[in-house]
Parts: sequence; C-alpha cells; structure tokens
Amino acid sequence: MTSTISGRTQKITCTINGEAVTMDVDIRESLLDVLRNRLYLTGAKKGCGVGECGACTVLIDGEAYDSCLFLAVWADGKHIRTIEGEAKEGQLSRVQEAFVESGAVQCGYCIPGFVLSVTALKEQNCHCDRESLKKELSGHMCRCTGYQNIIKAAEKVLTEEK
Amino acid sequence: MEIVGRSITRVDAVAKVKGTAKYVDDHFVPGMLHAKAFRSTIANGWVKSIDVSKAKALPGVVAVITYEDVPAHTFPTAGHPYSKDPSHQDVADRNLLTRRVRYVGDEIAAVIAVDELTAEKARQLIDVEYEEYAPVLTAEAALQPGIPEIHGGTGNVLGRGGYEVGNMAEAVAESDHTFADEFSTQVVAHCAMENYSAYAYMEENGRIVVVSSTQIPHICRRIVGQALGIPWGRVRVIKPYIGGGFGGKQDTVVEPLVAFLTTKVHGRPVKMELSREETFISSRVRHPFQFRIETGVKNDGTLSFRNLEAISLNGGYASHGQSIANNCGTKFRQQYRQKAIKYSCKTLYTNMPAAGAMRGYGVPQAMFVMESHLDDIARALDLDPVEIRLKNIPETGHKDPLNGIVALSNGLKECLVKGKELIRWDEKKSNRANQAGTKRRGLGVACFNYASGTHPVGLEVAGARIVMNEDGSVQLQVGATEIGQGSDTVFSQMVAETIGIPLSMVHILSEQDTDISPVDLGSYASRQTYITGMAVRKAAEEIKAKVLDYAWGMTDIPAQVMDIVDGWIVYKHNGEKITPLSEIALDAHTDVVHAKPFTADVTNNARVNALAFGCTFVEVEVDIPTGKVEILEIYNIHDSGTIVNPTLAEGQVHGGVSMGLGYALYEQMLFDPKTGKPLIHNLLDYKLMTALDTPEIGAHFVNTFEPTGPYGAKALGEPPAITPAPAIRNAILDATGVKFNDLPMTPQRLIAKFQAEGLI
Amino acid sequence: MYDIARYEEARTVDEAVALLAANPNARIIAGGTDVLIRIREGHQPSAELVGIRHIEELSKIELLSDGTLSIGAAATFSRVSKHSLITHLVPALGEAVETVGGPQIRRVATIGGNVCNGATSADSASTLFAFDAVLQIQGPEGVRLVPIREFYRGPGKVHLSQTEVLTAILISPENYNGFGGHYIKYAMRKAMDIATLGCSVNCKVGAGNIVEKARLAFGVAAPTPIRCPGAEALVEGKPFNAALADEFGKAAAAEINPRTSWRASREFRLHLAEELSKQALVQAFIKAGGKVQ
Ligand code: FES
Ligand code: FES
Repeated sequence: MTSTISGRTQKITCTINGEAVTMDVDIRESLLDVLRNRLYLTGAKKGCGVGECGACTVLIDGEAYDSCLFLAVWADGKHIRTIEGEAKEGQLSRVQEAFVESGAVQCGYCIPGFVLSVTALKEQNCHCDRESLKKELSGHMCRCTGYQNIIKAAEKVLTEEK
Repeated sequence: MEIVGRSITRVDAVAKVKGTAKYVDDHFVPGMLHAKAFRSTIANGWVKSIDVSKAKALPGVVAVITYEDVPAHTFPTAGHPYSKDPSHQDVADRNLLTRRVRYVGDEIAAVIAVDELTAEKARQLIDVEYEEYAPVLTAEAALQPGIPEIHGGTGNVLGRGGYEVGNMAEAVAESDHTFADEFSTQVVAHCAMENYSAYAYMEENGRIVVVSSTQIPHICRRIVGQALGIPWGRVRVIKPYIGGGFGGKQDTVVEPLVAFLTTKVHGRPVKMELSREETFISSRVRHPFQFRIETGVKNDGTLSFRNLEAISLNGGYASHGQSIANNCGTKFRQQYRQKAIKYSCKTLYTNMPAAGAMRGYGVPQAMFVMESHLDDIARALDLDPVEIRLKNIPETGHKDPLNGIVALSNGLKECLVKGKELIRWDEKKSNRANQAGTKRRGLGVACFNYASGTHPVGLEVAGARIVMNEDGSVQLQVGATEIGQGSDTVFSQMVAETIGIPLSMVHILSEQDTDISPVDLGSYASRQTYITGMAVRKAAEEIKAKVLDYAWGMTDIPAQVMDIVDGWIVYKHNGEKITPLSEIALDAHTDVVHAKPFTADVTNNARVNALAFGCTFVEVEVDIPTGKVEILEIYNIHDSGTIVNPTLAEGQVHGGVSMGLGYALYEQMLFDPKTGKPLIHNLLDYKLMTALDTPEIGAHFVNTFEPTGPYGAKALGEPPAITPAPAIRNAILDATGVKFNDLPMTPQRLIAKFQAEGLI
Repeated sequence: MYDIARYEEARTVDEAVALLAANPNARIIAGGTDVLIRIREGHQPSAELVGIRHIEELSKIELLSDGTLSIGAAATFSRVSKHSLITHLVPALGEAVETVGGPQIRRVATIGGNVCNGATSADSASTLFAFDAVLQIQGPEGVRLVPIREFYRGPGKVHLSQTEVLTAILISPENYNGFGGHYIKYAMRKAMDIATLGCSVNCKVGAGNIVEKARLAFGVAAPTPIRCPGAEALVEGKPFNAALADEFGKAAAAEINPRTSWRASREFRLHLAEELSKQALVQAFIKAGGKVQ
C-alpha cells in the first residue's frame, strides 16, 4: 500500500505462524490491518472492528485475541498465529477437520476465528463442559449456524485423546 | 438415490476452515482507492448548502462527489427480475447521491481517497446546512395530511394490496365466535457477519467491473446499468465468496455508487466497505408491521373467515417495498382453509432505513399474527392448540384460488404429529395445570407455509452449464450464488447423481461472474435447490444423454440399454460394466473424426411452485420476577420434500431457528422518536445471540416427495426463521396466561405486563 | 487504521507520568478496548497515546504486608479472575469481571481502565464499591489515595488529571475478611453485553445468623456507580430471613434514582433493583456462611 498517507512507524519483531518477522508498522495500524493488508493473511476477517464479533480472532502467545483491537506495535515480541498457519503440509489440523466433519461451516466468515479459539482450548487441554465451552466461545458471533454444529465440532475435538 | 439424500461434506468447507476462501475484502488490487459516503445526520429534510472544500484539500483525497455530480434519473434497487411491464417494475426512487434526505444515514456525498482513514477524515470535513422537517417514524405520522412527502406525489404511500376470496357475509353469519386483536413486529437487521462491500474499476474498453458481496450478480448488473444510465452489457459483476446474505444482499446497496465512483476517477479501482455501523443504519432492514386481525370460528374450532389488515413501514426508499406485504398476505391465505378470507395492506414511506428482503420475506410477520391469534382462539374455546391447527390445515392437493399453486405434497400434519411427540406435548400439558411460583413453564406451537421461489409473481429463470473433461469429470457452473446455505454442494450432488459419477468428479465454480456464469436470478426466495436445481438436473441429463449416445456409436450397444454408474458405462438391466466413462470422454475429446466434447448449457424457466410446510414446538420457562425466558426445548419440523443433504439442511434449520429466537426475544433496532436517529447501530446494542444464549435446537424433517421438484425437493432456506417467534409467544402465554402481541418480547415488556396483570 | 498521531510506550510508572507531563495532549492507553473504540468513533482525533500495558508493576496482584490486597491497574480481567489471591480473598470480584464482554476482550481489557473510563455500567465498579476499594494514583506530585466512592464525578468523568496514572486498586482486609459477596449482572445476553443493571452485595454473618454487615452497590442505577447506605443500615444487625431480604430490596429501590433511557425504563430498573438486591443479598449471605431456609 505505497500510496497511503503514512504515519509514524515503529519496528517490531515477532513470529507469525512460526516464522520470524521484523517489520516497520505504522503506529495507527491494528494487528488485523497488518495481517490482512500487508501480509495478505486474510483469513482473519473484520466483522465490526471494535471487539464485538470475534471474526478477527488470532492467537497471541497461544491465546485468542481480537486483532482489530490490538495495535500492531503491541505485537512486538509476540508469537502470532493465524488460520493460515493451522493446516500443515496440506493436512488440516484436527480442529479444522472436526469443523468440516461436523457440518460446522456455512458462510465461513466467522469460522477462522472459531477454529483458532477452539485450537487454543485444545492446546490448553480444556475439558470444559458444554456451558463453559459456550462461555469460552461467546466472544464469537455467528449468524448462520446457531452455533450448534460449531459447539459439536469443538466438543468432538476437545473430548478425543491426543 | 446414491448421492442425493446423503450428508456429503460441503464442497467449500476446506477452503473456509483454512481461511483461503476469498471474500470481497480479501482481494487486493494495486492502487485501490477507498470511498466513504458522507451521510446525513438528520432523518428528513434538504441539504441547503454543502461545502466540500476542506475535504478536497486534505492530502490523499482524490475526489469528492456530491449529489450535484450524479445523474438526475432515479433507479430501483430491489433484487427482482426485470419486467417489461411498467406496472410490475420495482419503484425507481433513488439517486446515487441525494440532496433530499430521507433517513439518518442517507448518502449525500462520497469521498474518494488513497486510504480508508483519509477518506474517513475527509468525510468529517464536509460541512452541510440542512432544512429540516419533522421525522416521520410511524404510520400515523406518514399519513398526516399536509406534511412534506418523503417522495413527492406518493402521499407517503408506496403501495397497496389485498384480496378478498369467498363469501364474507355468509362466513360471518356462520361464525359462532368472532375474535379480533392487534399485533406488531419490530425492525430487525440481517447481521450477516460480512458487512456490505464492493469495489469497481473500468476495463480498458470502458466496461465497468464490480466485485461485490451480492446474492444476485445478474440482477445487480442490470441495476448498475440502470443507475448509471448505460447499456447493461457494459457492466460486469463478479461475486466471490459471501459472508452471509439473508436477503440483505438481494439488493444493491453499494454497487451502483461504487460503479459510478470509478467512472469519476478514470476507472481507477474504488472500494466501498461499509462499517458495521453503516451496515446497520444504511443498508436494509426487515419491515416492521402493524396488524389488525379478525377471525370467525365455529364452536368446534373450524375457521369460517379470516380478515387481516396490515401496515408495513418501508423506510426512506422503496427497495422491495410492497412485495413484502403482498407475500405476507399470500402465505396468510395459504395457511388454513376457511369459507372467506380478506387481506388488505399498505406500505408506507417513513424516515427510517429502507426495509428490504430478509429471510422469510414478510412471512415471519404474517405467521406471528396468525399463529398467535389462533392460540388465543384455542384458549378461549378451550381447544388444544395442535388440534385447532390440524382441523384447519389445507389437505394435500389444495389449490390456491388466486395464484393457482397446488400443494402436491403437504406434510404439515406429519410435522405436527412428530413435533408433539418430540416435545412430549400431551404428557407435559396434562401435568401442568395452575402453576404458581416464580418460574413457570409453558408449551407453544406455530405452523407456517412457504413457497419454493416466486412463481407466478416473479420470473423463475435459472441457468446451469456443464462441461465434461477428458477423464469424465465435469465442471459445473451456475448463476445462483452460494451464500453459505450450501447450494454449491447440493448442485454438485445432483450432478453426480444424475450423470452417475462420484462427487469427486464434479467441480463447481463457486464464483459468479456475469461474463461467464449462466444467467440466473440469484439466491433468494428459497429457490436454489428447487428452481436452479431443475436447471442443474436438466443439464446433467443432457450430458448423460450425450455420453450414452456417443457410447452407442463407439460400442454399438444402444443407448437405451446403458446407464452410467459410478463413472462406468454399464448395462442398465444388470449393472455389468461395459467401459469406463473416461474412455468415452477421452474419445469425445480426441477422436479426429467424431470429437465433440460433451457440454450442456441449460436455461430453465420454471413455471411451477411448491409449498413447503412446517412448525415449531417449544417449551419455555419464564422467570416472572426478572422477565427472562429460558428455552428448555425447541424443535423445528419441516416438510421440505426430499432432503438432498441432511447435515446441510439441519444447519439451515439451526441458523434459521436462532434467527427466529432473536426475533422473538432479543433483536430490535430502535430510533429516537424526536430525531429519527438510530439508537442501535452496533453489535453491542443489537442483541445478536451468543453461543451462551442459544439453546440446543432440534431439526427434524418428515418424508414427502414433491413431484415438481428436482429429486422431490422443495424450499428450506428461509422457513426455519418463521415460526420460533409465535411458538415462543404461545408458550409464554401457556406458562403465564399473559398475551404478548408485540415483538420482541423483551424482559422490560414482560415485567411491565406482569405488573399490569398482577403477576408481580 | 486508527487516527493516532503519536504513540509512546512507557516501561515504568515514573516514565508514564513523565511522558504525560511532557505532553498535555497525551492520553493513557492500556488494554485499548475503550480508547481505541473512542478513537475509531472520531472522539480523539490525531490521538497522542502513552501505552502502559508493558509496565510490569501495573499488572501485579499482591498482598501487602498489612494484608491489603493490591490489584495492579493494568491487570487484565482474565488475569484478575484467575488469580489465586482474587479467588481466595475476593471471589465476588473475580466473578464480576468474568461477566465483562467475552473471553477475547477480557484478555486485554484492564480493571483500571474499567474504573477510569467512568462508566456507571462498568462491571468491576459496583463490586469495587461494595469492597470500599481505594485507588492508588501516581502523578508528578507523588502518590495519592482516593476511596473509589469519591473518584467518580459524573458519567464518564473521574477525578484523574491528565498527568496522573491509576496504579493500583487496594482492598483492605477489614473490607474482605469474613465477607461473602455476590454480583448479579442483569443484561439482555449472557455474554458480550452491557449491564442493564449491575448489583453487588457483600455481607458478613454474625452470631445468631444475623446480617452483621451489608454493603450494596449498583451500576447503572445512577449516573455513576453508587452505594445504598440506607438499605445497608436497615438490615445490619438483624437476623436474616426472607422478609428481611424483601425489605432490603424495597429499601434499595427507594434509595436509587435511575433514568429512563432507550436501553431500559426507570420503572424497569427500579423493579430490577429491588429484585436483584434481594437475590444478591441471599446469595452473598449464603457465601458468607449464613443460613437461609
Ligand atoms: S472485527 Fe474484531 S471483533 Fe469484530
Ligand atoms: S458461518 Fe456464517 S457467520 Fe458463521
């Protein structure tokens, strides 16, 4: 985006999907802006821009965050994961597979965010009951699915052995 | 059937879980400019003067366009097929930018800048002076004589409609009881997770390309052409993946403007992405309705007459306008039998966001009034709510007296029987008389009917194209759009089934491009499986016939005795394999004498319709002191003919029911009565349910076969959203004895009425 | 993109105070869940920000030598709700902040930010009122302590100057020892919502199953969070029973003066205040070890 009116920049160093990245970010940018507009990691979506929908969720040091409300300068020193890094060598992650198998996907706009939140829960060995699972996923809005098959996919993957 | 009827994994699931599915905003074009609309801050009035000099001077601003720069002619925006009959055309009441302001958020000017933030800052630098009128927010206000009309010459009446069938005087005389009541429904928003977004640029030959999140690419192309006043063929519309539509994108919200803006910057790409707030205040909403209903009944619960008066508020622009009130009346009529029925409706302009198509198209409103009122009647006559419905539903084969649609399949009775069983209706009903205490439980039911497409009101043209490759696999192209509902998967299943190849040999192109895709009206009216399915099946049958015919030439075995099964040419009578399909396909591609690759390009004009039916059963627990309603169990039971893909179908039901629950209990847009300003314009204040608020939803189907539908299928997409609201309303009535006739049934409304009726 | 003209990261509180003092346009940003939204809405054009999220001392949750619980102002809600000092000493506070937004928001939003933005609906505020929390504020002139009840000036307004940083929220032992507490957030949704009314009750049980101490605080019952001393006094020293809880509710409703807004009517809020304070008292009393039939 060479033609934009540029603001002040700051150098940050972080990892994105396991790869070390050093870049100058504009202090006005959110992490979502940087991921999408500069790195073309467009799996994180913008549904509101103000932390109300969860479509922009990414993992920062293993936990789910709304990247729209996270300044890019704050990413310095962090390990960031986006949906693009979840399938390895052409193989879907177990969480992704569970979403496919459970019919959890409709329009798909909310799905990367959900997949990442469930991934974090799985990696933290969360054995939550359905109510707490719903609470853990309550920062994601979905208009298509009524959440039912998303919860089903999450339960499936959280209850199976590693 | 091998593939139709199975829960095949959806064809786009992998791309969507990997985040590689590209939506409009995921496309980057070098040098893309960003546009922001300058929107009115008043609901009703005129721009007396506008000063854009400060905005223009801001570094990074490329152009500022105002109402002074746009064509003088008006255009329609609704996603309906074009009609040559002027009386059947959509109301053309919009300009690309306007000086006459009709709601808070109306588009007065647009800023084009090198980035979004600059566009946004420039927008804030525009100064306007308004001449302001009192906002018109209610039917009463709209019909007040002498006020400035929202659209000149209309008297603020956008449309009227209605019908009367049967001998009303006789039916009235025959009634043992007459019941009358009033109901109202609220403004709600679609809330697709993807906001409205489109970008446009010009090709070297001057054609305009619009890339948009639209349900209706071909219609969109025509509307952009109309709006800009250019030949329609000079517009090309491309639709990538869509993050939900629900009817909101069966309309042209940003495309005409963005197409116009690119022409103002010499064809440079210009994008306009609405923020969530803009999507709320300045796209489309569901029509709020006010109803007065009157019903005559005999002692045994047989309906003798029904009479409904409806007022629908349309907001500042026509969009789908009167069609919604008309559809409300049609489904109202089709729901039950009676001796006489009357409907009259009008649609009014107000100073609110334009109401357009939204899942159910006027029928959630119709069924809320009808089904709530019917429960009140049952209660008054001491009849079981399920019994009174069973007594009055039309039988299979019933022909509608006005539109001629025949219910060739009708599983409503089975739906009711199944629902009763699922929720253990009789058992719970008998155990639960005279509840006291603060928590009370109740059961509710509500029925609906819906159509599969718009015939005979609208044209039902659909297109499908199939091209077979050398290996026997095929490319399938349709003009109907996948918007999350799963139509691409269902079409792929139909093709695999019809030709006789595995699903893995069907490659569907999910993107629609009006330069490439077959002509189709798009995704709406729950028409894809039924209407586009017919075209898909025809095309697949054509391919199959061509393959067998060619195989006849190659093998000397008559085509009639052969079939294609699982990618093999076989004998029909015993399934014995003759030759792999790939052999035939390769030959047809390569034989120096006979080569004729198999293609089919089919357009189907469906002049039939099929009614889908179903019902909601719900059990609620009402907490009287806090006014909270908990859904203990909810089931939607559908007759949608053959279910092509059960998992996808269940998904439609889950999503639809959750939308219906929101309609019942949570969702509403409110407007400041003094200024007309929308009070609710973000996802914090608009109460979309979270996972924690959503109960387990039971999705069930009864088996029917619709003779007119492809593989016996009929509509499903919209119906699940229709009846949760009346069913919940009836369950609250059952639990508390209190009637709620206005949606949504919020705790505040519940508490107020509980206090008034002495429950608290 | 946010309209931010300047961003500086402070590593210590002293540095933050110095940066603020050096630039009268500078404003603090911690988790950003309020500040960034305000910027996006155009309320803070060309914002100049001092980030405090990396100041380690500000996210500490610790017990001071006199038993005072000190919660760093930049501790996030998820940190607060999971911290063992919180779950042991002031569980009601942990439960209250668990009702904020959703999980993603709770990972960034800070308890100090929740207090400093001055919203009456802040989910932590009414509970902090019930705990008689004291705010520790550092400015160029040094450190001052302010009881939270004196901190609020009006909707969105607090007694914090541009050069000051809220560093910690202090709860002294006499305000948590032996108390049971309960917070009820009444909202339209079970997550991602703003309170229609927030009600927090802390209480202590005395011999003979009496309500020895009661503290009742509301959010959204007035332009700022408030306490209801009248209702508290009414029940203190009295044996607990259902009728007492009813009286408590009535007294609470009589003591507040909520507004009608489009979110909820005054009548509705009054009804809720009565009902919720009653329910919260019962729950708090149970948690404090009292017996209810
Ligand atoms: S876009 Fe970040 S939460 Fe909605
Ligand atoms: S699948 Fe469409 S928003 Fe969740």
